[in-house]
Amino acid sequence: MPKDNGIGASSKRREDVRFLTGAGRYTDDLNIHGQAYVCFLRSDTAHAKLASVETDQASAMPGVLRVFTGADFEGVGGLPCGWQITDRNGEPMKEPAHPILAQGKVRHVGDPIAAVVAETAAQARDAAEAILVDYDEMPAVVDMKSALESGPLVHEDAGTNLCFDWGFVEDNREAVDKALAAAHHVTTLKLTNNRLVANPMEPRVAIGDYDAATDVSTLYTTSQNPHVIRLLMGAFVLSIPEHKLRVVSPDVGGGFGSKIYHYAEEAFCTFASRQLLRPVKWTASRSEAFISDAHGRDHVTKIELGLDAEGNFLAIRTETLANMGAYLSTFAPAVPTYLHGTLMAGNYKTPQIYVNVKAVFTNTVPVDAYRGAGRPEATFQLERVIDKAAREIGMDPIELRRKNFIEKDQFPYTTPVALQYDTGDYAATMDKLEEIADIAGFDARAAESKRNGKLRGLGVNCYIEACGIAPSNLVGQLGARAGLYESATVRVNATGSVTVMTGSHSHGQGHETTFPQVVSDMLGIAEDQINIVHGDTANTPMGMGTYGSRSIAVGGAALVRATEKIISKAKKIAAHLMESSADDIEFADGQFTVAGTDKSVAWGDVCLTAYVPHNYPLDELEPGLEETAFYDPANFTFPAGAYACEVEVDAETGKVDIVAFAAADDFGNVINPMIVDGQVHGGIAQGAGQALLEHAVYDETGQIISGSYMEYAMPRADDIPDLIVDHSCQTPCTHNPLGVKGCGEAGAIGSPPTIVNAVVDALRRGGYEVDHIDMPLTPYRVWEAISR
Amino acid sequence: METVNLIVNGSAFSGEVEGRKLLSDFLREDLRCTGTHVGCDTGQCGACVVHVGGKAVKSCSMFAWEADGMEVATIEGMADEESLGDIQQAFQDSHALQCGFCTPGMVMSAAALLDENPNPTDAEIRDYLEGNLCRCTGYHNIVKAIRSVAERRASAGAA
Repeated sequence: MPKDNGIGASSKRREDVRFLTGAGRYTDDLNIHGQAYVCFLRSDTAHAKLASVETDQASAMPGVLRVFTGADFEGVGGLPCGWQITDRNGEPMKEPAHPILAQGKVRHVGDPIAAVVAETAAQARDAAEAILVDYDEMPAVVDMKSALESGPLVHEDAGTNLCFDWGFVEDNREAVDKALAAAHHVTTLKLTNNRLVANPMEPRVAIGDYDAATDVSTLYTTSQNPHVIRLLMGAFVLSIPEHKLRVVSPDVGGGFGSKIYHYAEEAFCTFASRQLLRPVKWTASRSEAFISDAHGRDHVTKIELGLDAEGNFLAIRTETLANMGAYLSTFAPAVPTYLHGTLMAGNYKTPQIYVNVKAVFTNTVPVDAYRGAGRPEATFQLERVIDKAAREIGMDPIELRRKNFIEKDQFPYTTPVALQYDTGDYAATMDKLEEIADIAGFDARAAESKRNGKLRGLGVNCYIEACGIAPSNLVGQLGARAGLYESATVRVNATGSVTVMTGSHSHGQGHETTFPQVVSDMLGIAEDQINIVHGDTANTPMGMGTYGSRSIAVGGAALVRATEKIISKAKKIAAHLMESSADDIEFADGQFTVAGTDKSVAWGDVCLTAYVPHNYPLDELEPGLEETAFYDPANFTFPAGAYACEVEVDAETGKVDIVAFAAADDFGNVINPMIVDGQVHGGIAQGAGQALLEHAVYDETGQIISGSYMEYAMPRADDIPDLIVDHSCQTPCTHNPLGVKGCGEAGAIGSPPTIVNAVVDALRRGGYEVDHIDMPLTPYRVWEAISR
Repeated sequence: METVNLIVNGSAFSGEVEGRKLLSDFLREDLRCTGTHVGCDTGQCGACVVHVGGKAVKSCSMFAWEADGMEVATIEGMADEESLGDIQQAFQDSHALQCGFCTPGMVMSAAALLDENPNPTDAEIRDYLEGNLCRCTGYHNIVKAIRSVAERRASAGAA
């Protein structure tokens, strides 16, 4: 029987009402009295020395308040990187400066050179066009191999385009080499993981607002993690202490990772507002987003899988080139390393694994985490090579996967790439998948497609991800320059309603609905008596924000801990009111009862007593009922699942249609099934976009070819079929109080290999000897593979 | 400057606007109807869809003065004081929105679709939404919401 409130209920989202009536409050909807507008002049050249930047004419244009150039930022810090990788030889990664405005050199198309602040946005744009830049052009390098071999240096002071050469686990290297040399069969696959642009529908916005009377700067920004922005910008860029800096992110229109990072425009607007004593607003155009939002993926990989004669996996070796772009974005170095190499075991008991990653600077937009972040790259190569291996040894791909699954009685399971999976049941999700995708009926559907002149293929795939990011002491050892706990303050009001302040920050996930479901269950009060405050550093405890499928697993856990403290104190107050001992108080359904008696007091009476302490043990207990908890997870969480896709390919044109897609996920316990379904739907669509449509393409001079929605193909409604999703297989997380694992990235991780597996299967069923096609599988690429 | 007279969500507006001002910017900045969103600058994403003269248009792709003398309907006019409109309610019931940024344009397109074709097939719904990008939902629940409105209107009409 489905629940109608609390944990496990598909409560309708309360935030929807404002979004559906045009009453949402996104950053660009904010206008501060007296605000001026910024237009950035961005480099149209990928790599050049700046011989001169002439601003006199622009400065004299109507409405212009000031034109800023790199010279204004000489004494100001650059954008910091939040994760330091140590390479195979124990050396730190190369970490070049990342200025707010270019210091004498530009390194990618879109690199900001100057900024005009004017009375209106149109005046700022007009004046930016009047700035004269004399570029001393240099050869650009876009291809990672060229960058390492002979390319011009993106950063001369680094002396190389190699950011780091990382081995994981370095001590496994020789054992893996030996195991592969001795293997009965080795399957090798070379592939690329295509560069993507996150493309949340809301472009980025920043408004700096300095109040000279209090010496406090407020930054309104489209961020997934306002506290992180305050810390990075305050401590590393502008030297503003936290108590003089407030960061506010109101409603955020999607992020998918791209709104985690601290960007130059945020620091610029804050800085310019302090200089001009005016609020300063910047709103990105979509064209600007394509050349200034951090991009995602962009790996080139060779993977080898060794098997014995029975099909048991023996060893995996992978070599990856990972594009960092022109500068290190906030968490960029963590993505191809600890978010990627650690996942190479997948759902399987492969005993020996070695991962090598070379991170490379190129004259392209910086690359950082995008929905899944490293885990999709790991899953893609692993699941593609398994499919190829199954064909090569003549085994059904589902059977080969099942044969190598970590079995459910093997948990907790320590992988050779340093993770300990706490729980899982991969055979159960595969059983569920076979049922919901009707795998048994595929042959009949393929025959029907054939009658219609189409090649039908079936792709199956498994994935695992490490979510609930992350145990601070562990990530600290691995190079993170931040803790990754989360926080919650639960404030019980005098008449019994509850306000929750959380460091997590929804950008579409529905926290305003799901967090109250948790508190409602614990306190026995109605969900509508509970309100969530988030997205404002002035009103919430320090928290690390929302990404990496962490908000319910880490933020939710903090919420549980804070609510437990509330219950503990409330029991003491109830004990006093009933002249009993707190140890004898039971709390259920909003009633405090003395165990074994009919004596009870209601939730509301206890709350009122806390704030009107006329009859109160003030010598033992403080008045008030408000508690804060910080939760630092003991381990990652490990959502996992099995996906199936059926495609139809038109062999004459190469066009691929996804005709069926099913996902069987294990997210542990689920707070709101409706919202979880939606998260998986959206993830699958983004993965389908990567597999079939999306590609951020650069030409050899470093110009981005797909820089708008005219060229960058986003998935549209008729690209995606109806989706079958199921999360009834639940092995609850063993180390967080809700038993939850997180669900935000699963779809984007699991779907790309599923779709590519399906297309390759379709072509082979049609008699075409195709082993692999690189994403996106556009009609041209598929047709080309067929025609080879 | 250009003079414009238009009716937005039933209220008359007369005033002057800069010739180059887009209808989307006019609605957001001059009328403070910030429910109309701008998600791209190439008329591709559909976050800015409003109705002009009863037809769905991308308000980022026309000048404010081009709407002179016309009736404009935006997301702010889709609910009455008491309750959401039936499309809005269906979007909430079906979880057809997540971050909410594309939602106003999506609802305005859905309204135009159901005016033109009260009983669309799923394929017709998906085809009609070609001009509206959503990055969050994968469209599954948007199609479901629109289908449910068509069904509910049909059964209400039959009763």
